[in-house]
This record gives sequence, C-alpha cells and structure tokens, in this order.
Amino acid sequence: MKYVDEFRDPKAAKSLLKAIADKIEELGATKEKPIHIMEICGGHTHAIFRYGLDKLTPDGLEFIHGPGCPVCVLPMSRVDECIEIAERSEVIFTTFGDAMRVPGTKGSLLQAKADGADIRMVYSPLDALELARRNPNREVVFFGLGFETTTPSTALAIQQAATEELGNFSVFCNHITVPPPIKVLLDDPLMVLDGFVGPGHVSMVIGTKPYEFIPRDYGKPIVVAGFEPLDLLQSVLMVLVQISEQRAEVENQYARIVPDDGNPVSIAAIDDVYAERPTFEWRGLGEIDASGLRIRDKYKLFDAEEKFGIGYATNRRVVEEPEGCACGEVMTGRIKPMACPQFGKGCTPDMPLGALMVSSEGACAAYWQYGGARSAAE
Amino acid sequence: MCLGIPGKIVEITDPATNMALADVSGVQRKVNVTCVLGEGLDTLIGKYVLIHVGFAMALIDEDEAKKTMDTLNALGEAQEEFEAMFASDRALEGRT
Repeated sequence: MKYVDEFRDPKAAKSLLKAIADKIEELGATKEKPIHIMEICGGHTHAIFRYGLDKLTPDGLEFIHGPGCPVCVLPMSRVDECIEIAERSEVIFTTFGDAMRVPGTKGSLLQAKADGADIRMVYSPLDALELARRNPNREVVFFGLGFETTTPSTALAIQQAATEELGNFSVFCNHITVPPPIKVLLDDPLMVLDGFVGPGHVSMVIGTKPYEFIPRDYGKPIVVAGFEPLDLLQSVLMVLVQISEQRAEVENQYARIVPDDGNPVSIAAIDDVYAERPTFEWRGLGEIDASGLRIRDKYKLFDAEEKFGIGYATNRRVVEEPEGCACGEVMTGRIKPMACPQFGKGCTPDMPLGALMVSSEGACAAYWQYGGARSAAE
Repeated sequence: MCLGIPGKIVEITDPATNMALADVSGVQRKVNVTCVLGEGLDTLIGKYVLIHVGFAMALIDEDEAKKTMDTLNALGEAQEEFEAMFASDRALEGRT
C-alpha cells in the first residue's frame, strides 16, 4: 500500500479499502470475473491513477475509463475546422490550452500557430471577450468545448457579448453533454458495466436527476463522486453496496458540492443560449443522438459557424482515425491502452497520435504517466 | 479544466457584470460570480468558491477549499491552472 500514507487520512483510506475488499469477496468477484465500474469523468481517471486506486483495490474490481475527457472525444474534423477559422487573417482564435495539441488531419492548433495563425491560449472565455474589446478590428473566436462544467461559462460570455453588442466576438461551439454517451455504452451488447462513478463537477451544474435513466432503464447503480481519493473510494464502496443489496439508484457522495437540482443559474444560461443538435460526432464513438449543443438563432451573431460558414452545420465530414490508432476501442473500454499497437511507440504525450494521449485526463496519458510505461520506455 | 480551482472572493470589481476579484493561493484573478450570487454580491466577500475557467460555480467552505487544493497539487492540476492564467494574461497583451 505504498500510496495510502500519502492520503489526507490514511486510516480512513485503509478502512474504506478493507470494506471494498470485503464487498468484492462477498460478491464472489475475481480477476477472471471482475465487477466492472466505469468512472465517467476524465478527472476521476487521472485521480485513480495518481493515487494508485486501481492497484490498491482488489483484482476483482476493474475500472473502465469512460468518455469524459472533452479533448479526447473531439473528432479530427472539428480540429481541422478550428484551423480553417484560425487561418483567416482577420481572426484571433482563442482556446483552452488543453486543445492545442489535439491532432487533426492537417496537424494541431499548435502547429497552425507555429505556421503563423494568430491562436492564443486563454484561461477563460471572459479573456476572449476582453480580447474582442481590445481588438475591435479583429474577429475574436473562442473555441467552446467541454461538458456541462464549462458550457455555462461560454453561455454567459455570449450573453455578455450580446449585452455589449460586441459584434467581433463569436464562439465555435463544440459543447457536448454527458448522459447521451452513457446511454450508447449501456446499449452496446459488448459492454459489461456493473455500475458507474458519476462526474462531480458536471453534476454540480446539471444535478443528479439526468442520470435517473441509468437505474430506471438499465438497472445499474450510479454514485456521483468527488475528486479526492477518499471520495472515490467511498463512491466505489457505495456502488458495490448497491450491487450487493440488489439496488440500483442514483446516489450522491458529493452532496457538499452537488445539489440534486444542480445550479439553476447555470442551467438557465445554458437553456437560453444553446439548443440540442440532432446528432454530434464523438471521436471513437461516432455519431450520438442529441449529444451536442448549438447556439440558438437569437444569438447567431455570436455563432462562428454562422459567421464563417464553417462547422457542423455546414460541413459533415467524418474522418477516419489515423492508421493503428485504437482510441475508439480504449474509449469504450474494449481494450486497455497498452494493447494499442501505437501505445508508447507512434503515440506518446509529446507526439500524440490519438486524443487519449493528449490530455492528462485521457486514459492513455494516465497509463503512460502512472502505469510504468513511461519509465519502461525511458 | 474539469477540476477547477478554489479561491476566496476578496473584492467586487464590477457589480454591473457580476465581476469580482478572487485570491487563488496568492494569485489575484478576476472571476464572474453570476452562478453563485444567491443572496447578493456583497455577501460573497470572504467566501470560498470553486472556480471553473474564470467562473465561480459553487460556494465551498474553507476546509473543502484546502482539501481541493491539496488534491489539485497532487495531480499537478493546480500548476496547470496557474500556467493557463498566466498564458491568458500574456495573450491579452498580445504577447503570445
């Protein structure tokens, strides 16, 4: 238990680990026939590896890493469209730094920047707004990406731009939502999932009710979890207890941050600015119904798709993944990262081929950093 | 990006746009507080909030702020957040 002493409360951690081990034994789960729990959020994936929770828990428990890393599910065609917009001479293209190294078919935003496009990393869409105020003769475009955690921020930024009539600001909207891909995974006959650890900060915005279909329609438990190792261990235990008691419910381990109804101001801003797209493409998962958001017509002056005639509304390009890239199979939990032929060879965090290697929240990058693969290669 | 970072609201800078100044482990950063307004702007001073990409998204207590910061430090995410803030400051100045 080399990591346990690093925990804030090692005694509590040990007692949770013992309770988890007892439940796994009671359920008769083994390495050959494990209980599969999917953590949906990329932040949870990162924490599980950083704290070695996959190693501290028994072999009869297997973590399946879900599609909850926003840059990891960004299709190559979206990156290409970003670059198309960014290459326009009048444009200042702004983005979170996480998206800079995601490969498209013609390279990444980082390469486009090196080639002369005015691409700037910003911390917040508010900084993109400020750039638009300071550069009235330029078109400032913000790359809106991410799940419900970041969606309110771009919605509020668009509302502010509308109030100020800031006509040179627009958002290239690629926001996506968490529940639809969970449904896709549960409908997949090849997926074996016994329960879920639900995302903490997405739920802080949307609440816990959007997950009710998981126990109701699929009979699986889900526990919304915090990010501390003790939160994660407690949530895993809560899932196991539900399984052993043959219950399936939405439970909230992170109630200190997550109200069951979510954040009403954020939800209102999202509803005001965004509407569901009929379908949206996810890297590794394909098209998923009602999983993406577009900017409503009343804010179309601030919609980069409208402004530049580029994007999902105008150009439905499906691009094949690079040769040998198994991101899709890793994303759906069918194979572990190390089973990808390119892992650590044609694909490393410095030179990512697939998106799961780009972000610290991606399963491949986490395996590389914490799974011993990096030190083996170096 | 999805983990956010805790900060303490120290000043309301623009009531019209719900902007405030937050102290994030010694780094002062402007944040939008629309999503945590609740009982009004002035009640926020001295409160801890969880900040996501420049927006305060939840009120938290001091103990939660400390625990979250410890986790972020362990994950290397606190450093990433600060680097993103500094990069953004440079982007605003046109120094990319």
